[in-house]
Amino acid sequence: MTAGAQSLSYLRQAPAPPLPPPAERAGVIGWLRANLFSGAANTTLTLICIAFIAWAVPPLLRFYLFDAVWSGGDRACQASPAGACWPFVRVWLSYFVYGFYPSAERWRVDLFFLALAFGIVWLLRLSAPRRDLAALYFFVLLPILSFVLLHGAPALGLAVVPTALWGGVLVTVVVATVGMVFSLPLGILLALARRSELPVVRAAAVGFIEFVRGVPLITVLFMASVMLPLFVPERLAPDKLLRALIGVAMFASAYMAEVVRGGLAAVPRGQYEAARALGLTYWRMMGLVILPQALRATLPNIVNTFIGLFKDTTLVFIVGLFDFLRTVEAARNDPNWAAPSTGLTGYAFAALFYFVCCYGMSRYAGTVETRLSRAGRR
Amino acid sequence: MDENADLSGAAPALPDVAVEVVGLNKWFGDFHVLRDINLKVARGERIVICGPSGGGKSTLLRCINRLEDWQRGRIVVDGVELTDDPKRILAVRRDVGMVFQQFNLFPHLTVLENCTLAPIWVRHMPKREAEALAMTYLNRVRIPEQADKYPARLSGGQQQRVAIARALCMNPNIMLFDEPTSALDPEMVKEVLDTMIELAADGITMLVVSHEMGFARQVADRVIFMDDGQIVEINAPQEFFAHPQHERARLFLRQVLR
Repeated sequence: MTAGAQSLSYLRQAPAPPLPPPAERAGVIGWLRANLFSGAANTTLTLICIAFIAWAVPPLLRFYLFDAVWSGGDRACQASPAGACWPFVRVWLSYFVYGFYPSAERWRVDLFFLALAFGIVWLLRLSAPRRDLAALYFFVLLPILSFVLLHGAPALGLAVVPTALWGGVLVTVVVATVGMVFSLPLGILLALARRSELPVVRAAAVGFIEFVRGVPLITVLFMASVMLPLFVPERLAPDKLLRALIGVAMFASAYMAEVVRGGLAAVPRGQYEAARALGLTYWRMMGLVILPQALRATLPNIVNTFIGLFKDTTLVFIVGLFDFLRTVEAARNDPNWAAPSTGLTGYAFAALFYFVCCYGMSRYAGTVETRLSRAGRR
Repeated sequence: MDENADLSGAAPALPDVAVEVVGLNKWFGDFHVLRDINLKVARGERIVICGPSGGGKSTLLRCINRLEDWQRGRIVVDGVELTDDPKRILAVRRDVGMVFQQFNLFPHLTVLENCTLAPIWVRHMPKREAEALAMTYLNRVRIPEQADKYPARLSGGQQQRVAIARALCMNPNIMLFDEPTSALDPEMVKEVLDTMIELAADGITMLVVSHEMGFARQVADRVIFMDDGQIVEINAPQEFFAHPQHERARLFLRQVLR
């Protein structure tokens, strides 16, 4: 470099060794400066947020924690309406969970929850052994077991519990699980049909998807529960809960089909060609090459649809089912618990329940995404 | 002629003609992309197809394993005439390996799984056997140590060699190469060409769409020059490079060889 500023050629004399990156400004103060107070706009936003938190959070804490009624019964709540009424949740909890499911048979619901939780953990834990068996358990054994447990099987000594008595979290979980378990495979089939080369198949898929997507879920539920009996004789008409399940599954499938279609579009054409050039049949190509990539690419959207579906289950009250939110609503209207704080407490409890479930799904999807991207896909 | 053709893909005696194309015509919409193609490829023959881009080279290659269909003409591959019959199409694809310009490895599978997928699911080979077979071919393309990696971790040249190994795992009688080195960085072209040269030495029937004239000179039995959807000239490589007969071939060679 000493050979004069005009020289156009250059030959390195000593190698440039790799150096560690320069240390960042460390410490709490440094972090605050860099992230919260780095400029006028950023500082203003930070102050506005602090002001909002200071305005909103203390009253909430006061109502739900510090001034809340924790023990006693309905009278204690009426005496102090400025605080949340947690005894309301405690007293009604079993109603929130089981609805009118007979007390003596509630162990069956508990067993169902346990079997479901076991299946979910086994199926979703990425490091769990024999996840192929888990799928068999979840998609074949569990539905049969659940039906026998919840509905009853006189042959096995389990009394029949009509679905009209089911309620609360039980109904929410059953509707959501059935919706998810059916919507994914049906959605995949619909998405594939929509991309089919056969015009009839394609038209049928497009017709179904567009029709179901074009009407609100409430309408689908109404049609499933009110219109179905018009066409089918009364004694053949399926159970009220079953009708709602069919409606929810149909609705979710149509949405899932569009989500999966988006994922399929993300798979390059070369993947199809490579699979076909190897002599794979259509279904093998889809199952082994295309769908694994498509579903991974669209996993955030799938989970998004699941979360939406989970919250949409609250709409089944419209056809007379007592899902979790509806049981809270019913309990709130009990004359003994008419204090204004009971509603706020019940809804906060419901919000917490839905949030925990949905946030759990979201976090799980996040974990899977991280893992998949680390597996070297990109 | 092949009403009773064996579709199992494992016929003991293969016909002397590996690929026969008769009067092939194909249109993309109104565009006449393949015009009256006639071609007979003998068993074990190595053919390089070259010509300006857009001349129909890749399309012709892709017709041979029916990735493209055509409107007129017929193609017979190892005694099986390609029709709309899916059984015949699958039989031909099992018999014909293909290597793509963009590699098209399956990104969600490891190198080894890429190679064992078709043997396991198409040939119904036990997993262990398929893995042993895959390792044999990964050894041959000299990347056995990458077997457990995902394709995205490999260089372009390595990926293309995996793609070759993947095709070979089906024990094809015919290999199609669609511009196998065009997407590669210059320093990786050689490793892929070397693999292909070794393969050619083994006597497998090869059809290669390529602009690698050195490769054509070294391994091709015949060079086919295509332009405007037609076969313009077929010749032995020495003849083709030294004395191209057709004006368009001369022009093309001037541009490619400089």
